[in-house]
Amino acid sequence: MALSALFLLIFLLQHFAINITSVFRADTFNELSHFMGTNPIVQYVFQPILIFGVIFHFTMGFILEVRNKQSRDIRYVKYNGNANASWFSRNMIWSGLAILAFLGLHFVDFWVPEINTKFIEGNWEGTMAGIEGLRYHTELVHKFENPVRVAAYCIAFVFLAMHLLHGFTSSFQSLGANNKYTRGALRKFAVAYSILIPAGFIIIALYHHFNIH
Amino acid sequence: MKLTLKVWRQKSASDKGRMESYTLDNVSGHMSFLEMMDVLNEQLISERKEPVAFDHDCREGICGMCSMHINGEPHGPDRGVTTCQLHMRKFNDGDTIYIEPFRAKGFPVIKDLVVDRSAFDRIQHAGGFISVNTSGNTQDANAIPVPKHDADKAFDAATCIGCGACVAACKNASAMLFVSAKVSQFALLPQGKVEAKRRVLNMVEQMDKEGFGNCTNTGACEVECPKGISLENIARMNREYLKASLSSE
Ligand code: HEM
Ligand code: SF4
Ligand code: FES
Repeated sequence: MALSALFLLIFLLQHFAINITSVFRADTFNELSHFMGTNPIVQYVFQPILIFGVIFHFTMGFILEVRNKQSRDIRYVKYNGNANASWFSRNMIWSGLAILAFLGLHFVDFWVPEINTKFIEGNWEGTMAGIEGLRYHTELVHKFENPVRVAAYCIAFVFLAMHLLHGFTSSFQSLGANNKYTRGALRKFAVAYSILIPAGFIIIALYHHFNIH
Repeated sequence: MKLTLKVWRQKSASDKGRMESYTLDNVSGHMSFLEMMDVLNEQLISERKEPVAFDHDCREGICGMCSMHINGEPHGPDRGVTTCQLHMRKFNDGDTIYIEPFRAKGFPVIKDLVVDRSAFDRIQHAGGFISVNTSGNTQDANAIPVPKHDADKAFDAATCIGCGACVAACKNASAMLFVSAKVSQFALLPQGKVEAKRRVLNMVEQMDKEGFGNCTNTGACEVECPKGISLENIARMNREYLKASLSSE
């Protein structure tokens, strides 16, 4: 659980780093996307690891939730969860489910068309053309035209922030790291990461939505 | 003050149980919560009703028997105290107080507010000990140098009274804080090193067998623990467990 989570945290950072370039320079975004979309190591090594990591993470999350629910077979009549633990930490399954729903949308939006074009239709044109002909940035901008999609996207990232506000430091505790450093500097970094990265994704979405190219 | 009490009543382990409502007049703020329960029971006895069964022994915060879930929290709203140390001045005139047994699959109800915590004993039996030769040539413990910092941490862990509030508070009914305190008090000392590996593996295995849930690091246990046992102990146990699982005997 903790290892898959840490892996996802690193992936998220990398994903953000590429996406943010789309705001500054379309060509950079295209080049990077082109690299990620055609590099065999990324496509055939990292991509399967990522898919496995995501599936492993949420499957384990569900199993954990079910087992833990069974550990208290008779519920309290009155249970004051707010008194001793944060709402985020008690509702990881709900923030997680919101992220999962978003991942579904994300797959339908970006990943399925991409795999379809490349592998099923066998059309590698967009990826073969010179830098000027690359389609990634255009597609991206196109996706963010629909306000409903942009809203769903933004809400999902708020849930991601909630998930990470607990999850980031939780994964260190699970791996046995609880010391001055993890309670001090790392804790601050975790809070910053958990708020800034999702906020960054939201800003990218809003930028493309409101910015008429 | 005048209070409305909603108390869990259950005749036996097999009875379904239900909440019952009682009113108590003349509760003094100086009473401890258990004294208030005594007053309730006197009232019930004078009305020829069955008194409420609850666990208690020392009434000074050292035995850990007084398990009660009060207004949604183990040992009530105060911090760093057991139920016997909780004073009625923490409540106000006219309050309604919910009183329930600790709830966990590993702590089945015996009667009313009394739960069976022998699961903790079985976890201790699985590894919460050290083996020393006591045949007359026992080495004086003070002859083995222990860094002050480690000794302090081990002592802090050893202050756990096995009350089970950590389990009762946890949304997963996880016993990690208790078990980690019992693992840590030995893991930190040279005397505990010999059996370190077997200890952590066996105690964790027993903990899972007893039906306690898995830790998701919400931290509720640390907040509710009357002895202030730290989450650091859980991290230490996770380290010990990882180390023990990865190495061979
Ligand atoms: C795909 C949908 C997801 C679901 C259903 C899900 C569900 C869960 C659940 C149930 C937990 C454990 C509960 C707990 O610790 O309280 C958890 C932990 C965690 N999740 Fe997720 N999650 C999802 C996606 C993500 C993503 C995308 C990330 C990071 C970018 C992430 C990061 C974490 C972290 C850091 C933890 C803490 C791990 C630990 O304490 O050992 N999760 N998740
Ligand atoms: S760790 Fe604290 S709450 Fe848990 S059994 Fe020990 S003293 Fe009680
Ligand atoms: S009765 Fe002993 S700790 Fe409360």
